[in-house]
Amino acid sequence: MRIPPAIITLVLGMMLVLFGLWVANDVSLLPESASLNAPVYDELFKVLLAIGTVLLLGITGIVIYSLVRFRRRQGDSLDGEPIEGNLALELFWTAVPAVVVLFIGIYSYDIYDRMGGMQSLSMHDHAPREQLASVRHAEPSDQDRLWGGIGIRGSADVLPVEVTALQFAFIFHYPEQNITSGELHVPTGRPVELRLRANDVIHAFWVPQFRLKQDVIPGQQTVLSFTARKPGDYPIVCAELCGPYHGGMRSHVVVHNPDDFSSWLEKTAPPTLS
Amino acid sequence: MTTAPITASEGSTTAESHLEHGHHPDLRMFGLATFLVADGMTFAGFFAAYLTFRAVNPLPAGATYELELLMPTINTALLVVSSFTFHRASKELMASRMGACRGWLLISALLGIAFLGGQMLEYFTLPFGLTDNLFASTFYALTGFHGLHVTLGALMILIVWWQARQPGRFTPQEHFGIAAVELYWHFVDVIWLVLFALLYLL
Amino acid sequence: MTASLTQTREPSPAPSLQPTGWLRYLSFSLDHKVIGLQYIVCGFLFYFVGGALAGVIRTELATPISDFVSREVYNQVLTLHGTVMIFLWIVPVVNGGFGNYLIPFYVGARDMAFPRLNAVAFWMIPPSGLLLISSYFVHGGAAQSGWTAYPPLSLTTPATGQILWILSVLLLGGSSIFGGINFIATIVKFRQPGLKLMMLPMYCWAMLGTSILVVLATPVLAGTLILLSLDIVAHTGFFNPGLGGNVVVYQHLFWFYSHPAVYIMVLPAFGLVSEILPVHARKPLFGYVTMVYSIMAIVILGLIVWAHHMFTSGTPPWMRLFFTIATAFIAVPTGIKFFNWIATLWQGRLALTTAMLFSCAFIIQFVFGGITGVALAQVPFDVHVHDTYFVVGHFHYIVYGGTVFVIFASIYHWYPKFTGRLLNEPLGQLHLLLTVIGFNLCFAPQHWLGLNGMPRRVAEYDPSFTVVNQISSVGALMMAISTLPFLINVIGSAFRGPRAGDNPWRALTPEWLTTSPPPVENWRGAPPLVKEPYGYGHSGNPIDLQTARGRDLWTSQP
Ligand code: HEA
Ligand code: HEA
Ligand code: CUA
Ligand SMILES: [Cu+2]
Repeated sequence: MRIPPAIITLVLGMMLVLFGLWVANDVSLLPESASLNAPVYDELFKVLLAIGTVLLLGITGIVIYSLVRFRRRQGDSLDGEPIEGNLALELFWTAVPAVVVLFIGIYSYDIYDRMGGMQSLSMHDHAPREQLASVRHAEPSDQDRLWGGIGIRGSADVLPVEVTALQFAFIFHYPEQNITSGELHVPTGRPVELRLRANDVIHAFWVPQFRLKQDVIPGQQTVLSFTARKPGDYPIVCAELCGPYHGGMRSHVVVHNPDDFSSWLEKTAPPTLS
Repeated sequence: MTTAPITASEGSTTAESHLEHGHHPDLRMFGLATFLVADGMTFAGFFAAYLTFRAVNPLPAGATYELELLMPTINTALLVVSSFTFHRASKELMASRMGACRGWLLISALLGIAFLGGQMLEYFTLPFGLTDNLFASTFYALTGFHGLHVTLGALMILIVWWQARQPGRFTPQEHFGIAAVELYWHFVDVIWLVLFALLYLL
Repeated sequence: MTASLTQTREPSPAPSLQPTGWLRYLSFSLDHKVIGLQYIVCGFLFYFVGGALAGVIRTELATPISDFVSREVYNQVLTLHGTVMIFLWIVPVVNGGFGNYLIPFYVGARDMAFPRLNAVAFWMIPPSGLLLISSYFVHGGAAQSGWTAYPPLSLTTPATGQILWILSVLLLGGSSIFGGINFIATIVKFRQPGLKLMMLPMYCWAMLGTSILVVLATPVLAGTLILLSLDIVAHTGFFNPGLGGNVVVYQHLFWFYSHPAVYIMVLPAFGLVSEILPVHARKPLFGYVTMVYSIMAIVILGLIVWAHHMFTSGTPPWMRLFFTIATAFIAVPTGIKFFNWIATLWQGRLALTTAMLFSCAFIIQFVFGGITGVALAQVPFDVHVHDTYFVVGHFHYIVYGGTVFVIFASIYHWYPKFTGRLLNEPLGQLHLLLTVIGFNLCFAPQHWLGLNGMPRRVAEYDPSFTVVNQISSVGALMMAISTLPFLINVIGSAFRGPRAGDNPWRALTPEWLTTSPPPVENWRGAPPLVKEPYGYGHSGNPIDLQTARGRDLWTSQP
């Protein structure tokens, strides 16, 4: 008995989709997730991975099938069918990718919004700015302009940290405690706002476990907000070519429990302020 | 390849290739126009950079976007008039009055040179130098790059003016040299108008 | 009719000053076929330079510490690698090389519209390439700021190398613009009478689209580099924040060119594949009209998506949103092309030649690179992997797995045309096998590296990435080895390959309707008017006798 090709196609397609879902859910390609927005990111990654797997395997399968099934036999010098187009088919494969990319676009917009990426950067009426400005007095106001970044601001609880990048190190300054450090220490559960400045060339602040990156641009202050989730010690990587020692420009972010963080603050704060 | 001058008897041969059989139109004007689109994009890039700088990068204290307007306005007039004189030269050419044509060509070239002189004068009287601030740098880069175009254009006008001495060198049917320089000259003129509006009037 | 008129007129035996024999390949030849081959051979020479530089990169990265070359030299090497591969290999070969060779045939002309400009455009390339490479030996070494030359880094690294880099890229850009003008004029205006635009082989459309991008985008790069060089030599402050300048403006201007540049690298490859597949599948190209529209859609969209390279550069949120959507939509016209190619294969009678197999490998690998590209277009995704090996993986899948594979496919397809001899097929398939394995071994693991924390452009990295990097290096070594069978094949067959006959593939596109290699004037007698370049499968008779005027030149009957 012959199974109708439509059924075979359907079954194969369903198997492909199931396989894509399995890959997306059970193949781990990402590092540990240690910030609040990392799981959000991983959600997007899963969707992209599932769609990508299905597409790639589907197309690979069809190409290889055609190569085997339609290969020319010995001594055959005839031509194939003179099929030059098929409007319905062409509309179909224009519409489907259009819908898919539109879906991905809207979905990733939502993800980005949840990460704080769509926050307006002109922050004239935000409390943290006043705080920061008062601490970092005597800077011309123009320097306070933010040029880009990702930020969830407005929360009163935010921990501001000023980051200076230079060839070839990051320096972290806690304005409220007047602590300067070569490593970043943050507590879990509390939003952190990094205000990034560069002294010489462009650098980029990246913590793979947070899924966050922001360029640090000379002359243009940028911002990056995140909330750490899991205590641990994670690498900070400079991700923008900044000179010969670019590869060596690394540091650490140490995520503490809130209690440990307080004791770290106490231990590290300069005596004048405490 | 031979570089024999194109004469009327050769008709519309491209003269570029001995392989051609003369059944293709002369594409040199088309090529030039395409090139000018490209050249215009260079300026477009400069203009975009200038406008962005202006929108987002404040000038240091004391610097200003204000410019003295008298000299550049005279200059603008010179360049616009030179476009018309060149157009007149073409008309004379079409009427086979080579003498008049050459006269108008010379006037156009002189107007262009006067423009360059005016620009020099302006450069020497400006209160800022190339590296003083972002606006100063952009100003010199833009006007300088345009000035380079005017210089080249004036030179080319002088060349066709010189070539036009030779009877039969340009005819109402075959006058690629003059037509090309004319197109180029109008292009330089239009760019100047945009540049003038952006740098001086904005 | 014009054609019959010209038929009676023999090409004038003009006294030519052009050298003949092999010497003409080293001369200022005006013959488009000679120029095309000059581009291709010159491109391959630079490919080996770029490949040797890639070898240095992969050797350095076989260990997590900086030990093979110094850190400065590593940065010079990766800058040279990127610049050589893009500006001296891919762009000249797929545009200038195949474009010059094929376009005049396709429009039924005996040469390009501006042969002399054409020769000038080619001869700008070797000197600028040598200039670029020689900058390695000057004081301070070659440019160290990557092929993107972002200021302020490019303002602070040794100036001589950076200036030479700028000069060389300016010259190459100029060459590219001259080429683009020539292609536009040839395709739009130089067609033989009776040949309508919609009858042209698809490669013409691809080259038309590419050339529009070249003419619109390259000048912006030139202008930007002029400003950059002013910053370096005259100490202006356009891109120097210390002097009030703005570094992000450079990035916008640079990517306004360099994003379209990626389509300049790939659209011609799309065109070449569209020529190769129908011949070896013995079927018409599926969806000709949608192919044309999708090329033009890619051209337009390609001009408005540049800021997807700058998602972490401090661009305002609305800009990120716009560029995400615009970028992702390029998948639609690109997808149309891929589905059309697959439909071209479907129910064909596929000859599994090396050219065919390279094209199919291209389809699969490009789709991989395209999918990672669409992922990169999503801002939140890109924020994590921007400037990491994920991006390196993405674009090598496209430029190598895509364009370079198509270049190889095209060599296997047109070699009989160039030389009149056949390449050795088993050797070709060995080349294919080694390249596919080496390529995937080299670049697939890089995606994982990027996701897990390895930034790009580093000479030293976290030791936990050692093994995966070594796998990648082994893959690179296999790719290097894979060039051996190719070289042996190409050089050996030139002398000892079996005679191909004029049309070994029984193809219908006009370049095959003449002798192989073709005479200087392309066709003895009038050029054939090919109205259906993909007219396979009609009544078992491969050519339409009504339209193919060059049939008398057809020697190998099916
Ligand atoms: C030939 C070269 C080439 C080509 C064609 C492309 C094509 C694409 N590229 Fe790529 N890209 C590069 C070369 C290229 N790229 C290079 C060199 C860089 C790095 C530069 C540097 O920093 O040094 C880069 C970097 C780069 C970035 C920046 C990454 C970063 O630095 O953070 C992005 C982000 O959006 C991107 C996206 C895309 C997209 C969406 C496409 C699309 O055109 C792909 C479209 C194709 C497909 C999608 C496959 C076929 C379609 C289907 C089968 C239909 C169905 C598909 C779906 C529904 C998804 N590319
Ligand atoms: C456009 C085309 C192109 C091509 C074809 C390639 C081909 C290859 N590329 Fe490259 N690459 C780029 C464009 C390209 N690349 C760009 C634009 C960058 C970014 C640069 C930047 O960051 O600024 C880059 C960066 C880049 C990196 C990242 C460097 C870094 O960020 O630190 C790496 C690392 O693995 C790499 C590897 C390779 C390898 C192994 C190949 C292989 O496929 C090469 C295979 C070919 C050969 C191996 C040649 C064989 C011949 C010989 C070996 C003969 C040798 C002869 C003598 C010694 C006389 N490339
Ligand atoms: Cu700092 Cu790279
Ligand atoms: Cu891009």
